[in-house]
Order: sequence, then structure tokens, then C-alpha cells
Amino acid sequence: MMASSYSTKEEDGHQSGAPGPGGGVNAKSRKPDNTAFKQQRLPAWQPILTAGTVLPAFFIIGLLFIPIGIGLYVTSNNIKEYEIDYTGVDMSSPCFNCSQNYSWNSTKPCRCSVSFSLDQPFESNVFMYYGLSNYYQNHRRYVKSRDDSQLNGNLNALKDPSKECEPYRMNDGLPIAPCGAIANSLFNDTLELYYNDPNGTKTLIKLVKTGIAWWTDKHVKFRNPVGDGSNLSAVFQGTTKPVNWQKYVYQLDSDPDNNGFINEDLIVWMRTAALPTFRKLYRIIEKQGDATPTLPRGNYTLLVTYNYPVRSFEGRKRMILSTISWMGGKNPFLGIAYITVGSVCFFLGVVLLIIHHKYGSRSNNADISS
Amino acid sequence: MLRWIRQQLGFDPPHQSDTRTVYIANRFPQHGHYTPQKFADNRIISSKYTIWNFVPKNLFEQFRRIANFYFLIIFLVQLMIDTPTSPVTSGLPLFFVITVTAIKQGYEDWLRHKADNEVNGAPVFVVRSGSLVQTRSKNIRVGDIVRVAKDETFPADLVLLSSERDEGTCHITTASLDGETNLKTHFAVPETAVSQTVSKLEALQAVVECQQPEPDLYRFIGRITVSQQGEEIVRPLGPENLLLRGARLKNTKEIFGVAVYTGMESKMALNYKCKSQKRSAVEKSMNTFLIIYLGILLFEAILSTILKYAWQSEPKWDEPFYNRKTEQERNSSQILKFISDFLAFLVLYNFIIPISLYVTVEMQKFLGSFFIGWDLDLYHIESDQKAQVNTSDLNEELGQVEYVFTDKTGTLTENEMHFRECSINGVKFQEINGKLVPEGMTDDAPDGCMPLLSTEEELFLKAVSLCHTVQINYEEPDCVCDSFYQANGVSLQMEYYASSPDEKALVEAMKRMGVAFTGNNGEIMEIKTFGKSERFKLLHVLEFDADRRRMSVILQTPTGEKVLFTKGAESSIFPHAKSGEVDKTRLHVDEFALKGLRTLVVACRRFSAAEYEEVDRRLHEARTALQQREERLAEVFSFIEKDLELLGATGVEDKLQEKVQETIEALRLAGIKVWVLTGDKHETAVSVSLSCGHFHRTMNILELVQQKSDSECAEQLRQLARRIREDHVIQHGLVVDGASLSLALRQHERLFMDVCRSCSAVLCCRMAPLQKAKVVRLIKTCPEKPITLAVGDGANDVSMIQEANVGIGIMGKEGRQAVRNSDYAIARFKFLAKLLLVHGHFYYIRIATLVQYFFYKNVCFITPQFLYQFFCLFSQQTLYDSVYLTLYNICFTSLPVLVYSLFEQLVHPHVLQNKPALYRDISKNSLLSFRTFLYWTLLGFCHAFVFFFGSYILMGEDTSLMGNGQILRANRQLMFGNWTFGTLVFTVMVITVTLKLALETHFWTWMNHFVTWGSIAFYFIFSLFYGGIIWPFLHTQDMYFVFVQLLSSGSAWFAIIIIVITCLFPDVIKKVFYRHLRPTSTQKSQPIEAYPGTSCMDSACCFSSRKDWREWLGQLVERVMIRYGPGRVTRWWRDSDPFCSNDQRILTHSPVEATRC
Repeated sequence: MMASSYSTKEEDGHQSGAPGPGGGVNAKSRKPDNTAFKQQRLPAWQPILTAGTVLPAFFIIGLLFIPIGIGLYVTSNNIKEYEIDYTGVDMSSPCFNCSQNYSWNSTKPCRCSVSFSLDQPFESNVFMYYGLSNYYQNHRRYVKSRDDSQLNGNLNALKDPSKECEPYRMNDGLPIAPCGAIANSLFNDTLELYYNDPNGTKTLIKLVKTGIAWWTDKHVKFRNPVGDGSNLSAVFQGTTKPVNWQKYVYQLDSDPDNNGFINEDLIVWMRTAALPTFRKLYRIIEKQGDATPTLPRGNYTLLVTYNYPVRSFEGRKRMILSTISWMGGKNPFLGIAYITVGSVCFFLGVVLLIIHHKYGSRSNNADISS
Repeated sequence: MLRWIRQQLGFDPPHQSDTRTVYIANRFPQHGHYTPQKFADNRIISSKYTIWNFVPKNLFEQFRRIANFYFLIIFLVQLMIDTPTSPVTSGLPLFFVITVTAIKQGYEDWLRHKADNEVNGAPVFVVRSGSLVQTRSKNIRVGDIVRVAKDETFPADLVLLSSERDEGTCHITTASLDGETNLKTHFAVPETAVSQTVSKLEALQAVVECQQPEPDLYRFIGRITVSQQGEEIVRPLGPENLLLRGARLKNTKEIFGVAVYTGMESKMALNYKCKSQKRSAVEKSMNTFLIIYLGILLFEAILSTILKYAWQSEPKWDEPFYNRKTEQERNSSQILKFISDFLAFLVLYNFIIPISLYVTVEMQKFLGSFFIGWDLDLYHIESDQKAQVNTSDLNEELGQVEYVFTDKTGTLTENEMHFRECSINGVKFQEINGKLVPEGMTDDAPDGCMPLLSTEEELFLKAVSLCHTVQINYEEPDCVCDSFYQANGVSLQMEYYASSPDEKALVEAMKRMGVAFTGNNGEIMEIKTFGKSERFKLLHVLEFDADRRRMSVILQTPTGEKVLFTKGAESSIFPHAKSGEVDKTRLHVDEFALKGLRTLVVACRRFSAAEYEEVDRRLHEARTALQQREERLAEVFSFIEKDLELLGATGVEDKLQEKVQETIEALRLAGIKVWVLTGDKHETAVSVSLSCGHFHRTMNILELVQQKSDSECAEQLRQLARRIREDHVIQHGLVVDGASLSLALRQHERLFMDVCRSCSAVLCCRMAPLQKAKVVRLIKTCPEKPITLAVGDGANDVSMIQEANVGIGIMGKEGRQAVRNSDYAIARFKFLAKLLLVHGHFYYIRIATLVQYFFYKNVCFITPQFLYQFFCLFSQQTLYDSVYLTLYNICFTSLPVLVYSLFEQLVHPHVLQNKPALYRDISKNSLLSFRTFLYWTLLGFCHAFVFFFGSYILMGEDTSLMGNGQILRANRQLMFGNWTFGTLVFTVMVITVTLKLALETHFWTWMNHFVTWGSIAFYFIFSLFYGGIIWPFLHTQDMYFVFVQLLSSGSAWFAIIIIVITCLFPDVIKKVFYRHLRPTSTQKSQPIEAYPGTSCMDSACCFSSRKDWREWLGQLVERVMIRYGPGRVTRWWRDSDPFCSNDQRILTHSPVEATRC
């Protein structure tokens, strides 16, 4: 900067005046280009938010949202849902005993059965969930306590799980498979559903346990390690089960396509919930035929193999039965939101129309006339 | 020993002595005690970096910035402790920001390197080993004898040894150093003055001893010891012997000098200060906002930490069976854990401080400033000058100006002097067609007839054409030999060069009138009086100085008479006038001044031989005096310039630039107060002020002039204040002169300020350059801290330009000093209107929205994260994936706002220019006021709440959003996890934040469309890609297929739509309501554009569907029009247009606007 302050040539005012008239060569004219870009004259759309311009938008949104909202609301209301809490907090509840004298290591499973009745038949496929409350699956220490490469079948990771899995990384000098807090705390209650026929017999309702996880999770993200033999237990040789588990990972299911890391109960559990109260898909009750509803009206018994302790953190366990619609599970809020926003927009549209009549055009024309 | 080490390490300067000894031509004594001294070489270094130190130094500079340092700390914290996000999330944006800034600064430094090389490589001539050698400027060493030719600048500080003149004098101008354009005479010591050739210089044995370099331009103490025939002659050296680097040799063919201070040790380099960094008001409020956000950040982090510990006090939350701590975690100390928790929250929320804000603002300023240079409306065809931006930091400040201080000469006027009138011996003459015509007579004298001049008239003409320091330049390149003999053929090729345009105008006018000055060569001045050549011997020149305000020459006429001619300001001549028509001339001078002419009074004095003897002797004594030369000279001058015989006075017109009146009027309508600061005399200044519309005829003009004493001045001020209070209907204009001003400022600053602020126009005349700066500072620092702008063209305006918040240089005739020190330079004053009203307005709106939007989008970004902590036990779990955290500010939301801030035009530029009052809408930093800031921040918080809780309700407790269906074919109801939840919030956020900017955008070029929709599209494409692959190098695969699963759910789409609309609609409503119920004048001028549909017509992006709306609307408008009728429309406008009614008086007083309004 200083140097330029005495670059010699241009300093004299005299010389700068000189170049104008004499030369026919105006090669070095400093005239800026007359382009739309440089002159800030690019063609442009100049929308202005006035009552006039936004009015139609308001009416359209109003007219569009209210029917959508009603549709969503009705759909949501048509979904049948039944929820039952089987934690066993009350003395009177059937699972009270199980919930009281629980320990992880107890070899003898504690069973309890809960009866309930459905007032309405559940048509089409019914989805069975377990729900937990006050359960912080979204705690940071918990969320990161997993090893995705191990779950993806990486043999190195199988034998040497990630540090993130601490303190559920090694047990007795053996690597844990699957490692980490999430896997360790796998939900291990068994729920069975019986239909109590009016004639007194109990029929076990068939619960489908596959197809509850994301396709990509089951087929890409989670993979069993590939070892020498076809036998899963051989592949998992040299690893141990998570501390809280009663079985090894290769004993989760008899079906080889639902065993090991690709067990769908495990996969569902591994997708950590966003909020402390959550439900997870447990089983699917498929519709048998057109004639009968999937779950007819009547009395049912839920047989719980009570393994999972929640009382220590004031948690709750629930079982939920629900049908679904095209928009998913029961959620009236979406419909309500649409109806509310739609009505507000419509109402504001009317207000704006009034304003537009009263002020809008005047302000627009005032300056034209000035 | 110790000292030696310290010297080597650079603690002590290598030369400890107070003086430096320079051996001329570096001929060191062979015998005796010579200790070599080390001097800097003559290299000028203005660049900051070299290739080697660029990286470390630049990084150091950048991290001195608070924001960058803050992010560096965050980054380091992330590296050190276990934090929720990986260091990459803040490291990558920081790297990006640092790199972009480094590239910009590197480029700028490269330009400086180029300029340095040009200067350092300039060819100079040095006497080495007996001959003249051409070398580069940087090779000059202390002790070298340098030859400088006419009109060259001195390459180093030189002690003059000899010049082509026998007496060893030379003339220089120091315009580029201190702005004084007059010629100064410098002297050589007689012993060296004789060494005029290289061979003689070679034989010269001399040593200069002088003080160490210091920045004072006017101080130099030294002595020279010349060895002649074995004896040593010691002579003192003073500033009059020193030729400063940067000054220019004038009027002298060549000189030889010895370099004493070189390179960075020269006085000019020492005087070079880093231009003080001007910070714009926007930047200041930006920093305030940053601090507020830092407060919010700390508050959130502390709150979270405390709540975390509140929760953790119960072990069932702290460590439930499913989520045990590791041994290490359990055993670490509580305090350490507490600190690391706090830091982790800090890291988690740190994105609330917008990291890319600074870099985006910088890029916006840098790129945006090109538009000023590109603007055709700011291009001046005649001089081929376009507007020039020297600092892009102040673009938006152009939209905030409240006071404009303008120089008069050269800024309001052309600085092209034309001789108009003169008064000779009490008779007034006008110049008509190159002839002097007495007043009242028309130009009826027959052409070709030689006008007969009385002796007084002829003497006057001669005096004017002789009493000056004008140089002549001939077109012929080889006329250096002797201009004298070619003088016969001169007539047309001859061109006058003068330091002051007045002198030039006068000499040119005299030539037209028949008394042509045809040349001088040192001692002889030749004039041609009606073809008859006369030679005057120039005996002495009594140079112009600002104290005397006059200059004189002493000549020997062809008849041998010795005459003194003097000319100067009337105040400096009349008191010394003894004879002549003093009273009549005084009257005429005042008349000239009233017409806006610049006046000079001419007088002469004839010496008798005895008188001249004494004059000559005293002059010589004073000139050669070694002590107190200045004082003695002044004394002698006043002795000589007395008993004058008044000859007459001249009136020179300085034409107003075009459109000055309109521009000033426009600025005033824009709410800008215009002050004119000029060195001219009172009457001239007032008349120019009137003619350029600065003062109106209807204005009540108050005067604070010629105050002699403090108390008098105070009394006058109080009186003025009272007058203003009494009649507040009339506008007031204030005239102050320099002397009164300095009195007023000394003690009664507040009173003076009060008076000034209630005046709509202020004119300060007889101002010294420093006083101008003082006035600017006074206004700038008053309690309201208004934004000031100074316009000027000359070196005398530099201080004012540098002092003001924004300095504008006019590329005029008085050199480039002002331009170089300015922030922006324009060719004409009239361009100021567009620069402020259009460019300033645009830049301000752009940057203000940019800043607010940045804070808004980061609040939106991080608040859901904060809210999420309430649902995850304050475990610092992130809501978004790290990649999203990293890219949010860099990729997903950066471009739309940058493009917006480059192209936004709230109103059409023509409207802005035609309605200057719109400028008031943005005055006082209104778009960055605390209220608007609060609005944006609260909006951000509200939106964040809607994002978070909207998603919360809609996803509920994982009531799955996935359908069974016919529509989506996946006959399954699947579960979403926390990452899906975060992605939903993030998706809604990116869309909303982008659309929010779209709502703010009023000017949709194809680029806006491209980046707005492109950003959203990019987000979707990126997410699909990112979630579609198991990334081998990533630690976890949390995001695998999350986005696809989210989008394949119908409810998610419904949720996204409803949340986005819920967020944006209140905002739309607010905008519409405000527009209709409390419209700003800017908004009122917008529909003019929109309605006639012109803008849509020439727009490629016009939507055909809009046509229907417009038809429909058009009908509505028509109906309403009919109902209310035009009368009511006008009334409404009057009532609700606050400034227009306030300024009715302005409107009626102003001839321009009154018709338009």
C-alpha cells in the first residue's frame, strides 16, 4: 500500500488529464461493461407479499388442509389399538410377584398371565408391540455403546470389539458378541397370546417373528460372520455371551435366517429409540383368511415370561396390539394439526381479504398518484 | 559480551549512537577508528508476508480474531476430552473458513508484492567509481551519490550536494508527503555546490553526520565535514538541505545528493502508518450480537450441566442396570467430570455461534464491492474514470451516512479556473471574448483593433503575468536545451503548469489579453506584450506561504528599474497598501466574492537603488542564516512587502460541477446533513454555497465569524442558539470561519454542537486541513455517534477523509492523494447520490439481512439439540448426525444467503434514486437494531420449538409413521429410532430455513432460484447418497438408510409439510400485516414496480400462473379505486407519510423536489 503511494506515473494531476482527446485509439478505456450482470439488471422475478398476493395461498391452504386433516384424523381413528401394562406395580396385578423377586441370573423363569378382552374385532394384520417407559435408550453412553462392524460380520471386530463397547466389551477375557450396552440389555421377556374361546379352550395365537426389522438392516447392515463351517456356534467360537444374556447369540432362534446377529428381535432392539417412552415391534399376527377377523372380539390371555427388570428405574412395560393404516400407526395429532392450520389459514384469509379491501389497494395506488 | 548477544538477537538496535556517520560515496577513511555501521537498504516493504512466513503468520493473524480463536478452542477441547461430536464437526468448518480467508489475504499481499517490486525496481542513477551507473532503486545504499533529474521523485532521503544551478538550489514539491503543492527551495552547502559534475563529485571528500532516522518531516539536524586541501570545513545541515523521499524535483534540471536515510528508514516510510482500520457500524452490532449469543451459549451449557447433575444425583438415572459406566468413568474426579461435562455441552451447542458468518460477510463484501466499480452510472466518460473501491469493509456504511462533509474546491466545483473579472485602479473590467471590457460597456469594440490600454492597466496585466511560479512546458520533446530561443514559435504548443490552478488561469487570461508569459530560464522572465517581447530579470521570489497568504517577485525591468510585484488574499494586501484605489477595490473584491469568484489582490512596489540594496542584503542574510531561518525570512518578507501600491484585483470563477444542486438536495431529502468545509473566504464560500443549493434563499443564515475572544464567541453562540429556538419554523444555515471555529471548539464544544445540529446546513470557511478533520471528529464522537462521510479531492482533505467513518475521494485535478487515502473514489460529486442512495442502501439491506439470518439459522439449528437434552438425561447425545452438524453451515444453507446478499434489490434502483427519502428507512442502523435482532432470534427459537415438538408429537413414542400399504408397498410397520427423529428435524429445518430466506428475497434472479432450490435438492441428494452406503471409514453406520426409510413414509411427508407451513405462515402474516398497517416508505414504493407488470414482462422467470392472480387482483384494485376515489388516496398518503409531512418545509423550499413531490 505504501509502495503504491508513490508509484510515480499517476501522481501528477496533469498527466491523468492528458489521454483523452488526442488518441483515436481508445483501446484502454476503463468503461465498465454494459452487461445485465454487472449493472445489477439481471432479469428477476420480484414477488411482493401483499394481502393480495398471499390471499389465494391462504385460501388454497385452508381448503386443502382441512379435508386432508379430516382424512388423516378419520384414518387414525379407524385404527384399533389396545394397550395393557403388565409391569406388575400393584399388589393386585398378576405380575407383581415376578416383578418383585427378580434377578438376572435366576435360572427359573418367572411366568405370569394377564387377561384382557377386546371389545371390537381387529381386522387385517395386527401388530404386537412391547412398550417401555422411563427407559433411556437415547442416553449418549448407551447409544454409542455398539460396534457396527462386529454386527456386520467383521471377523476382526468380532474378536476385538470397539472400545465404545466398554464396559461390555470383554468378559472373562473373551470378547463379547454382540458387544455393548445396547445388545447387553436386549429385551428378553417372552410374550404369548392366547384366545379364550367362549367355550373355555385357550388357543395359542400364531405370532410371526420375522419381517419386523428394516429390510436393509436385516440384509445389509447386520450380518453373521462367515466362518469355516456352516455352523453358527463354530463361527462364534472364542466369544462369549453378553453378561445379562442367558443364551449365546447363536442360540437366539432355531431358524438359521433369524439367528445370530440377524435375529430380528436383536435388530429391532439395536435401533435405539429417540425418546424415553417408546414401543418396539415384537410380533405380527397375520390375517388368516377373509372370513374371520384376525383377532375376534372376546377374552385373551397374555402369558408373560417375565425376565426384564424395570422397577429399579420406575420403568413400565406394556404390550400393545394395533392395526395400521396406510399412514402408519394411530396418531391423531397429524390430522388435528392439519385441521387447525387449515382453519387458521382460512380464517386469516378472510381477515386479509378485509384488510386488502380496506388498506391494500390504497397503499398500492397512493404512490402511483403521487 | 552480553550486549553483543543482545545486538545479534535484535533486542538492541545495532547502532547505539545518537548519530549516524555517512561517508559520501562510501569512501571510508583509510586510517583511524572507523566502525562500520549497518544501515537498512533502500527496499520498501509494504507486504505483510513472504512465501516462507505466510502460513504461520497468517494463521497467527487469523486466530487473533475472537471468533476464530473461539472455534480453535472448541476444536482443541474436542480433541482433548470425550465430547459428543467428533472434532471434525468443528475442525472442518474452521479449516474452510481459515482457508478462504487465507486465500483472500494471500491474493491481496501478492498485489502488494507486485507494487513493492515496481517501486524497488525503478531505475535510478548513482555515481559509482567515477561514472554514472543506472541501477535499481532498491540497490541504493546509504552514502551513495544519487542523481535525480527534473520531475523525478527522490528515491531516498538525500542531502543535497549540488544542483545544476551554481548557487546550489533546487525546487521541490512535497505534495505527496504533506499535500503542500507549492514549490520549496532547498539549498546545498556552498562547499559541495560547486561539484556539479560526476568527476568533481568523485574528488569530493566529505562526511555527513546526522541524527538517527525519525518520522518528523520538518526536523533534520546534522553537519557535513568537507575536506578541502587538507583542511576540514564543517557546515551545519538542516531540513532545507534534505530532500525527502517521495518529494519531486521541480524546475531544476538535475541534482546530486547523498543518501542518508534509505528504505524503511526514510522519513516517508516512517510516516507511513497502517491505515487505521475503519469498522462499520454493522460490524460493531455484529460483535454485540455475537457476545449476546455467547451469553446464550454459556447459559444453555451451564443450565444443562446443572440439570445433568440434578438428574444424576439418583443412581437409578445415573447408572441403570442397562447402562453401566466403565471403571474409568466411575473413578475420575468429580471436579474434572464437572468441567468436562460443561465443556462437552459447550461443544454440543457451539454451533449457535455462526462460524461461517465472518467468512460469508467477508466474501459478500469483497464480491459485492465489484458492483460499484462496474456501475456505468458511476463512470465518467470525459475523464475515463470509474468508481474505485479501496476498502470493501465499509460498503454497508454507505447506507448509514448521516453527515456529509464536503470540500468545495474541486469537489463541488470543477477546479477549473476561469478568469472572469478584474478591478484595475478602481475600475471594474470583464473579460469578453478575450478582451478586457470595462463594466457597463458591451463588446462593441471593432475586432482586430488593438485596444488601447492605460498605463495602469498595462502594469496590472504585466504584474499578473509576472508574479507567479508558473512553469512552461513545450510539446517538443527536445526543448530541454533552451526554451528561450524557441519562444518565438511557441504560441500554441506552450502549456502552463502551475501548482495552483488560480495562477494558471490568471496567466492564461493575461495571454489571451495580449500579455503573454513566454518563458523563464532561471533568471530571465520573458513576456510578450502585444507581440513586443520584454525581458525581466528575476531577482527574488518570495514564495507563497499560508501565513502570509501572498507571494511576491522582485524583478528588474528592461529599463533597469527594480520592482516588486505581489499578489495575495485581500486581507493580507490591503493593510499594507499605501496608495491606489483601496476603497473602490475593496468594494469590487467584495462584489466578486458575492458572485462566487475567487479573488486575489495585486500590488507593486518600486524600489530605489538604495532600498533594493538593503532588501537584497537582508534577503541574502536571511536565506543563508543558519539559525531561525524561517523566522528571519518572515521578518524580512514583511519588511519588503509594505508600502504597496495597489494595482487591482482579479476574480476567477471556479465552475460548479454539474448536478451538484440536485445531489445536495437529494442527500438532504435522504436525511443527510451536508456540511461544506472550505479554505475559501467567507463571501466566496457563502455565494458558492448558495449557488449549489447548499444554502437556500429562504434560509435564515446565522454567522459565527471573526470572533476574536473566547467570551465574545460564547456570547455569540448563545445568541445563535436563542435565535434558533425562537423561530423554529425557518431553516437555519450556519457559517463559521476557521478562527471562530477553533475558539468555539476550545471551550464551548457542547454549545457549538447544539447550534450545529439544529442547523440544516453548515458552512465552514477558512478551514485549515487539520481543522476539517477536527470538525469531522467532533461530529463523529458526539453522543449519538452519527456516521460521517467526507468527500474531498485534494491533499488538504486527506486528514478529513481519514477521520470520517467513510472517506470518499474525488478523482480531480489536485493529484491522487485524496483518492489514495480514501475508502471509495468517484470521478464526480454527483455520483455520490447513487453511491449512497442506491449502492449504500442495497449493501446495507443485504448485509443486515445476512447477519440477522445467520444468527437466526444457527438458533434454529442448535435449539432442538438443546431441547433434546431434556429427553435424554442431559447425556449430551446429539440429535443430528455429525456429518449434518458439519455440513449445515458449509453446504446446506450457505449459498442461498450469499447469493441473496449479492443480488438482493428491495426496490428498483431508479426508485431509490428518485426518492431519496427512502434512505431514511434504513438510517440509524435500523435493520440491526436490538428490536429486529430480538425478532430474528425469537423467530429462530420459535421455529426451533416447532421443529422439535412438531416432530416429537408426530413421531410420538414411536408410533410408527410407516404405513402398511397399498401406497408404499412395504407391507410392514417399522420402527424409527433416534437418528430418524433427528433426521426428520434436520430435514424440516433445512427446508424451513431456506424458505425463510426465500420469503425475504425480493429479487429472484436465476441464480437465486438455482441456489435456493438447489440447496434443498442438494440436501436430499446428499442424504440419499450418504445414507445409501455402508461407509467403510466411518465408525458407526447410524445413518444407514435412515433417510430413505424416513422419506418412504407417507406420514413423514405430511409431517414435513405441516411443520414447514406452520413455521412460515405466521411470518408471512406478520409481513403482510405490517405492510398494510404500518408500511415503511420503502415498502410503499415497491408495488409501483410490481403492478404495472413491467418487471415481470422482462423477467424470464415470470410464472404464467401469476397472470391469473394479477387479473383477479386487478379487478379488486379497480373496485377499491372506484370506491375511494383519488382525493382520499392523496389524503391518506399525506397523513401516514411521516417524513414527508415533517419535511414539507424542505419540500417547499427546494425547487427541485417541490415540483416532483
